[in-house]
Formats: sequence, C-alpha cells, structure tokens
Amino acid sequence: MKHLYAGYDGQAIMEDLTFDIGKGEIFVILGGSGCGKSTVLKHMIGLVPPVSGQVLIHGQDMVTARGKARTRLLQQIGVAFQNGALFGSMTLLENIMLPMTAFTDLSDDAAKTLALAKLGLVNLNRNSHRLPGELSGGMRKRAAIARAMALDPEVLFLDEPSAGLDPLTSAELDRLIRDLAQTLGITFVIVTHELESILTIADNTIMLEKETRGIIARGHPKDLKADPENEYAYRFFNRNPGKEMIS
Amino acid sequence: MTELHIKQTDTGLAYMFSGRIDAGGIAGIWDRACNGLAGHAGAALTLDLSGVTYFDMAGAALIVHLERIARDGNQDTVRMTGLDKSAATLVERVSQTDLAVPAPARAGGRIRRMVENQGRGLGEFWQDAKTFISFFGELCWFFFAGLLRPGRIRWKETLRVAEQAGVNALPIVALISFIVGLVMAFQSAIPMKMFGAEIYVANLIGLAMVRELGPLMTAIVLAGRSASAFAAEIGTMKINEEIDALSIMGLEPVRFLILPRVIASTLMTPLLTVFAILVGILGGAVVILSMGHPFSAYYNQVVGFVTWGDFVGGMIKCFVFGVLIAATGCIRGYQTRQGPSAVGEAATRAVVSSIILIAVFDGIFSIIYYVLDVGKIRLYK
Repeated sequence: MKHLYAGYDGQAIMEDLTFDIGKGEIFVILGGSGCGKSTVLKHMIGLVPPVSGQVLIHGQDMVTARGKARTRLLQQIGVAFQNGALFGSMTLLENIMLPMTAFTDLSDDAAKTLALAKLGLVNLNRNSHRLPGELSGGMRKRAAIARAMALDPEVLFLDEPSAGLDPLTSAELDRLIRDLAQTLGITFVIVTHELESILTIADNTIMLEKETRGIIARGHPKDLKADPENEYAYRFFNRNPGKEMIS
Repeated sequence: MTELHIKQTDTGLAYMFSGRIDAGGIAGIWDRACNGLAGHAGAALTLDLSGVTYFDMAGAALIVHLERIARDGNQDTVRMTGLDKSAATLVERVSQTDLAVPAPARAGGRIRRMVENQGRGLGEFWQDAKTFISFFGELCWFFFAGLLRPGRIRWKETLRVAEQAGVNALPIVALISFIVGLVMAFQSAIPMKMFGAEIYVANLIGLAMVRELGPLMTAIVLAGRSASAFAAEIGTMKINEEIDALSIMGLEPVRFLILPRVIASTLMTPLLTVFAILVGILGGAVVILSMGHPFSAYYNQVVGFVTWGDFVGGMIKCFVFGVLIAATGCIRGYQTRQGPSAVGEAATRAVVSSIILIAVFDGIFSIIYYVLDVGKIRLYK
C-alpha cells in the first residue's frame, strides 16, 4: 500500500497510509469502531476506488488495473466477508464450485472434487449438500473462507472473521487460519478488533485511529502490548474491563 | 502450460505431469487422467511430478483423486515421485478429506415421499387458513377497539400509507382503466355496429366498469402494488427483529403496524375504484365520439342505464377487496422466514394469495348479487 488516501467521493477518512505485507504473513488491521478499517479493506480488494494512492499486489496496481489485468489480480486474492456472503439458494458445494466453473474449464466432476477438498480444509465436507441457512454462524464463516480459497489465491482477506462468534468457535477459527497459513503459505489480511484473535494469530499489525486519520502503531502485537510509549495501542492491548468497572 | 504424458511401463502405468498444476491447468487433463486408469486393474501407478513448475491445492486434489481411483481399481501400488516438501504437505492435507459428496438423507420410496408432500401441503394449507382467521379476528378486535378510542390508531402512519398505496397508485390505475374501457368499447362496437346499436356500447361499458371491471382491475393493481409492498416492508422488519422489539416494548404489532395499513387500504380502494370507473367510462367515450356520436348521448346512455344499486354493489366489493389486500400482504409479511430470499418469497405469496382471494370473493359477490337481484331495478325499467 503506497500513500493511500482512503475514503469515499473524494473525501479522505484515512490519509497517507503506507505499509507492506510479507508473503505468508498474517497481517491484522486494527482500530476502533468507525475508524475506517473496512474502508481500507474495500480499497485493498478493489471494491471501492480510493481517493488516491496505490494498492500493489506483486507490483501491479489494483486501483488502476482494468479488464483482463484486473481479473488476473482478482484471481490472486480471496475475500471472506463479515457475514459470509454465501449465496443462500446454493448448497455449500455449489457456492465453492461457482468461481471454479466461472474462471476455469473444469468439468463439473472435477470442480466438485476440488470444492470438496476445499470444504475438507475447513472441516465442512460432510455438510457440502446443505444450504447456508442451515448452518451455524461459525460454519458459515468457515464456508466463506473455503469459497474465498476456491481458486487457491495467494492473499486472503477476512473482514471481522470472529464477529458474532462465541469464544470457543472464535478460537477454533483462529486455529484454522494459523493452520491454513502454515500449510498452504497463504497471506492473510484480517480486519478485526478481537484482542484474543490478534494476540493468537497476528504476525504483524497496523493500528488505525480516527482522530489522527492514519496509522498510529505498527508491529507485532506482543511488542505493541509491551510498549507504553504509544498510549492508545497500549490501552487497547492491556484493557481490563473488570478493573475499569470496579474503578 | 500443463501437460500430462501417460506411459505404459513394464510394471504398470506412469503419469508424467509438467507445467502448472493449478485449477486452470488441470481442467484440460482431468478427464484424460481419470479415464486413463480404466482397464489397468492390478497394475502399478507412478505419479511423476518432477516436471511441475507450480503446484497448489487443485493439483493436490487431482493427485489424491487419482490415487483413490487407482486403489478402488485394485492398483495397490501407487507411487509418487518428484514432490517437493510443500507439495507433499498439500497432498497429505487433501488425502485426509473425504472427496465423495454425502447423499442427503431420504427416507422411503417415491410414492411415500409423494404422499408425505401432499400431506405436508394440506397441513400447511390448514395451518395457513387458521392463521388467516385468527389474524383477521385479532385485526377486527383492534379495529373496533380503535373505533372506541380513535387516539390509539396511528393516523399519521395511516395517512402515509394511504398516500403511498392510494395517491401514488393513481397513474397506473388510470392507465389500465382507460385502456380497458377503450379496448372493451372497440371490441364490442364491432358486432353492435352490425345491428346499428353501437350507442349501446355506452350501456355495456357503464355497467361493466361500475359493477365488475372497475373494482376488479383496481383490486388487482393494488394486489400487485400494495400487497407486495406491505409484505416486503413487514417481512424486512421481521428479519431485522423489529417486530420482536415492538412486542418486547409492549406495543402490539397488529395495532402498531397492520391496522394503519388495513385502514388506509380499505379507505383508498373505493376511492381509487371510483376514479377507475370514471376513467374507464372516459376510455369508452373516446371510441363512441370517434364513431360520430355526441358526448351527451354517451352520457345519457350511461347515466340512464347504470343504477345506484350497481354502484353500491361495486363499492361494497371494493371495501372487502381493500381489507383482503392489506390483510393478506401484512400476514404474508408477518410469516416471513429467515434467509436472503425470504422477503421476495413473502411478497410473491402476498400477490398470489391476494389475487386468489379477490377472485374467490368476486365470485361469491356475483352469486350474492344474483340471489338478491341487484340488477332487478334496471331490468324492469
């Protein structure tokens, strides 16, 4: 990301964001509610054009790419949206098969086998015939990750993967992300403010702040947790709701 | 470029892969790779990946799939060569997955399922009828309670709905009624002209619009426009748990949401019908004027033929249609289930149910009017 001004309709809500994400890294974008994390993510996946700046994937700018170049870039990334965004009228298997049949010449049988392999990664191959509406929240999130991985992308973007999940399911999802990153070497870019998740999975983070309209901290979460210099980040990582309530 | 060479060796078969083994690449070799194993039971299979330049999960799925086909076909010796560490990890990972689609549980044979489906359909119909009746009872209760204490009715919301369902529907009602009047006059004028009786087209148009077509066309337009809108609006509120929130706050959803819609629809349907009748008759007038008859002749024919009995009969129908449209739309919205297509389904069911009920009640009214001889006054004229 180079000198990115994030926002809508020419109005920047985040200014001059520059950061790099290494291959195979689990990179977390942090920040308070409404600071613009999801907007930055939308710019990164090419859903909304930024006010200005560049989003480079292997040196190719996602912002200016058009036509086939853009399609090639989009095939290198996968996105799992906050609510899964699975197609409700299709079974899980059909959801995963959709990008495969749309972008390759795979036969139905071949696409089915590949889709089952993806569902197996997230431990949902036994539920491949079910509709998304028949699944729990955690299963839907896992299915969304499987669909995002349909074309073996190099970078996987996850928007609030733990939102609305109980701590155990959330921890299970964290393990899955770690496992996928290690096994498949996928780079993960995750927008979240779930403290437990960040401390468990993140290799690198940036913290955005609404007031300063930029990055106020960056680095490994354990370093940020131990660094009292940056007051906001320190408070974020060392919050103790119990103590605050008592005081 | 993905390539596959299949070679027959002394001990069995050798599959030699080269190039990119990803989803796009394997599309061209999948069928050949799978079919190539047929007729080689007992032969050893070697999967050679030394010429592969890129290998991802799609490739791993193909390798595992081939290995399983081979083992199912009694090819007990399957050997893989040329796999680097990451490719081996991927293959290992995919091999832990069952790649067969689980069959959905289905009990019984076709006849049993057919009987079950019919029974389920009948049960749903019965449940639907019960819901409709109890809902209508609740609605009547709140309506009469509202008459005793008019302050409890949300008049502002009622006016808003009346504007949306009534005033905003004027253009479409006008267009359809005008065209119906015009077309009917044209069609009937052809045979009537043969007898020199084309002025009696006015009688036909007047009677048909006032007694039947005016109320019916207006009701069908409103069923398509307002019933679906009510169902979608209330269905969305149901999905967003707004209706649950109302209940928890102690605000009865029927009084708060549905009563204003039913009152607005019941009041607006007759007004729209009067408008539709006038515009429809005007459509007929255009045809008669084009045939050289003066407007006064057309007017006198209509006014002299159509009675107040016809008009009142048509208006009574409208009130009932208005209640049916609003109540059906709201009930279907209230019955909205979860899921992305639920609101759409609720709106469709609202339109279909409204039109069926309008047709059924129109038939009932026709029988009642026939028995009561509503046209009697005119017949003796």
